[in-house]
Amino acid sequence: MAAHKIRVTVNGTLHEVEVESRLLLVHLLRDVLRLTGTHIGCDTTHCGACTVLLDGEAVKSCTVLAVQADGRQLMTVEGLEQDGRLHPIQEGFWQEHGLQCGFCTPGMLMTSYALLKRNPKPSETEIRQAISGNLCRCTGYVNIVKAVQYAAAKQQ
Amino acid sequence: MSGDGQGARGPGRVIGRPRRRVDGRAKVTGQTLFADDLFLPRMLFCKLVRSPHPHARIVAVDTAAARAAPGVKLVLTGEDFPIPYGIMPVSQDEHALCRDRVRHVGDPVAAVVAATERQAAEAAGLIRVQYEPLTTIASPEEALATPEPRIHDYGEGGNVHRLAHFAFGDVDEALRGADRVFEDLFFYEGSTHIPLEQHAAVAALDPDGRLTLWSSTQTPHYVHRELARALDMPAHRIRVIATPNGGAFGGKSDPFNHEIVVAKAALLTGRPVKIGLTREEVFYCHRGRHPVLMRLKTGVKPDGTIVAMDLETLLDGGAYGSYGAASALYTGALQTVTYHVPRYRFRACRTFTNKPPCGPKRGHGTPQPRFAQEVQLDKIAVALGKDPADLRLQQIAPAHSLTANFLKLGSIGLRECIERVVDGSAWRARRGKLPFGRGLGLACSSYLCGAGLPIYWNDMPHSGVQLKLDRSGAVTAFSGATEIGQGSDDVLAAIVAEVLGIEASDVKLVTGDTDLTPVDLGSYSSRVTLMAGNAAIQAAERAKVMLAQAAAEKLGVSPERLAFADRRVFDVENPDAGMGFADAVILAETKLGTIGTTGSYRPPASAARYRGAGVGPSAAYSYTAAVVEADVDPASGWVTVAKVWIGHDIGRVLNPVLARGQVEGSVYMGLGEALMEEQTFRRLPPRLSSALVHKIPSLLEYKSPTSLEMPEVVTYFIEEPDANGPFGAKEVGQGPLLPIAPAVANAVYDAVGVRVDEVPITPEAVLRGLEERGEGHAARVGPRAFPAVRWPDALCVAPPWEGGDGTAVGQKPGRAGRGGGGGAVATTGSRT
Repeated sequence: MAAHKIRVTVNGTLHEVEVESRLLLVHLLRDVLRLTGTHIGCDTTHCGACTVLLDGEAVKSCTVLAVQADGRQLMTVEGLEQDGRLHPIQEGFWQEHGLQCGFCTPGMLMTSYALLKRNPKPSETEIRQAISGNLCRCTGYVNIVKAVQYAAAKQQ
Repeated sequence: MSGDGQGARGPGRVIGRPRRRVDGRAKVTGQTLFADDLFLPRMLFCKLVRSPHPHARIVAVDTAAARAAPGVKLVLTGEDFPIPYGIMPVSQDEHALCRDRVRHVGDPVAAVVAATERQAAEAAGLIRVQYEPLTTIASPEEALATPEPRIHDYGEGGNVHRLAHFAFGDVDEALRGADRVFEDLFFYEGSTHIPLEQHAAVAALDPDGRLTLWSSTQTPHYVHRELARALDMPAHRIRVIATPNGGAFGGKSDPFNHEIVVAKAALLTGRPVKIGLTREEVFYCHRGRHPVLMRLKTGVKPDGTIVAMDLETLLDGGAYGSYGAASALYTGALQTVTYHVPRYRFRACRTFTNKPPCGPKRGHGTPQPRFAQEVQLDKIAVALGKDPADLRLQQIAPAHSLTANFLKLGSIGLRECIERVVDGSAWRARRGKLPFGRGLGLACSSYLCGAGLPIYWNDMPHSGVQLKLDRSGAVTAFSGATEIGQGSDDVLAAIVAEVLGIEASDVKLVTGDTDLTPVDLGSYSSRVTLMAGNAAIQAAERAKVMLAQAAAEKLGVSPERLAFADRRVFDVENPDAGMGFADAVILAETKLGTIGTTGSYRPPASAARYRGAGVGPSAAYSYTAAVVEADVDPASGWVTVAKVWIGHDIGRVLNPVLARGQVEGSVYMGLGEALMEEQTFRRLPPRLSSALVHKIPSLLEYKSPTSLEMPEVVTYFIEEPDANGPFGAKEVGQGPLLPIAPAVANAVYDAVGVRVDEVPITPEAVLRGLEERGEGHAARVGPRAFPAVRWPDALCVAPPWEGGDGTAVGQKPGRAGRGGGGGAVATTGSRT
């Protein structure tokens, strides 16, 4: 199994690691870098619990090879909070009860973060479309939509 | 119990007010550590080898190549697990690894423990198991027709696991005297929980050799017991820690084989051992909703009032007992709780099949018969020309009464639930009057607030809470309850805070740890708010007495004059005379020594004393009514739910934000079951041992509603405080799921005139109905036959209004009535 030296910047910190060709990005984050806020919920790229930002774009990190992240910028849920202050999207999910068990939450947060970056004033339909690739079994999505709206309002 | 008082309504200082949940910050920062997030030094990884056959004898297991593979530290087989276990004392039918027989695809036969997960997986692939395939049983019908080979050598003979037959009054006589009798067959398909977190567990040894297991479990106490049993180890040498569950919905209530395997592996290697199941493995672990075929016969008066109900249920139990002995009884036990049913006969049959075992899923055994009754009531209303809402309003079970099967009902807010959803949806103006393709459907339900009996018979508390207060002003609550996302941490913190006059965020929680926390039976059967909540009130009231005694002495007033609010303890008649909460603790610690209190809770005794009466009793029952508005596309059969109005009698709201979230989540899960979710299997050809494989064991194909399918939900809370609930509160986690599927079915009928007497209500089913309707037939899609079951003789119990005392005819006095919850589940009569 070939090993590759890669350089990835995760939440602003540069990591140089040696990885196998087949290592998935989610395993690099969880098993190698021990950033366990990114979750695995399905193995088939459907649930979205593993969503992270790759050069600012939301990707499901179970369908990206670690080597594909070489030389690129990653952001995970651990990167949202800055200087002890929650990001508005985090505030929104907490304040609007956009979470119950919290397992889908990191993926939802990253998808929503990417949405608000490209569309700071999304309509409810646009929010629902954006998160439709992220599954939640607890909330019925009602408060997740409200949480994103809260963050959008706060970021204005 | 509390100064705030039972029967009080509206918000208190903490309870009833919207709060951000106390564990929310950890969840939005990724700091919550789920079981699979734990990494311990020197940790090994475990993979299970699972059977590809649905039913086979294990002839030989060759592990030599796996043992020699790189990184492998340990290989285990059924030989290592001689002791059976199971959640119910009456069905100890599982081994952590199968010993001589596999009973469903996915049954584990061997385990490999290696330095990395990949090494474990690769070595697992080297294990050669020689099987001798046996006849496979795919359905209850096949189970009834195929007594041999038996999947288990216990039960009711053949492949029947459990039979029950109860008669509360002479139902045949009442049906003969009824003005109309309605008889229908219904089928409710099985579905699975899909907690987004796949099960995971880590086992490790303490320096002194004691075993610790971290696991995504809803029931650490039961896992603790079963680990001790299966490992033949003293329970006090084992510690079980329930990590926060990434969703559960009943799917993490059984003690699981993988938990026992990693525990054994840690004992044998002396190193931490982790296992994380794949999503496919979770589908095969299952323990979800039983597929249930139902025959429901109801006799009514000319105005539609029920005079008698006769229900038969046939359950597809899958390959093991799991909670099935209780599940079978739950398909009938609560049918008397929503409406007054003067006479009731209930027969249940649970069969074994060669599929993953079914167990408890949100609503445990109750959504199926609720679907049957609520759809049938809709038919009765149509036949009698009545408004379905009125038909229900006229026969709500009376509050504070006994049912025909001797369940003790408390507060009932169903009338207001119905009125609110009827008003909100403009039901009376719109039902039956919307354009073709759009319809409204109504359904109601009730659910228990905690099973009245424990899984294993004992007289000890079901919930315990300990409080520690110290001079820093810190309050720590220790509870065995498990946070599965429902918000139990927040509810416990709020209750303690309310009593002590502090904020919920002031209360530190230690939960779900069998070493540190008092026993709590677990987060199942909607029991935590009521049971752990009452225990928390008791513990907090006891602490309050200690603080009040010391503070009163300092202030020179009697303790009765003191109030606890806004983090202060003060004289109600002179609020300036007082002190901060922490100062009150210092005074109490000075005067009385270290401050610690306990509270415990055990549900009230049941009035039912017949055998099998252990399932159904509860300290209180919640009530729900829902109206669903649906669009049905006549061209495709596609059903789109446009809006849901739901009224829930919660007794008293402890945190409106959390409660609303539970209702919305229940509506979501109910819609999934109503429209798309299916745990179904297909049979492969005989050369593949007729394997019964899951049709769709991945989240890509197992359909569940996304944010795009989820409609608007309008939630109404009815606060009808129940004397047995903490501050009057009742459950909200499960009940609101129950009316959704029947309300959808009734809305489809209102929209296009098609009766779909089964769930899920697929486009195919709707189209089939529309075709029938076009051909002039009765437009009904659903089961056509109920197979012959050899029912045992009825256990006859006279209803309270016919002179019954809760015992069965001919029953000897004694403990018999305690059966059913678990320990004493027994057959209800001899075979005819």
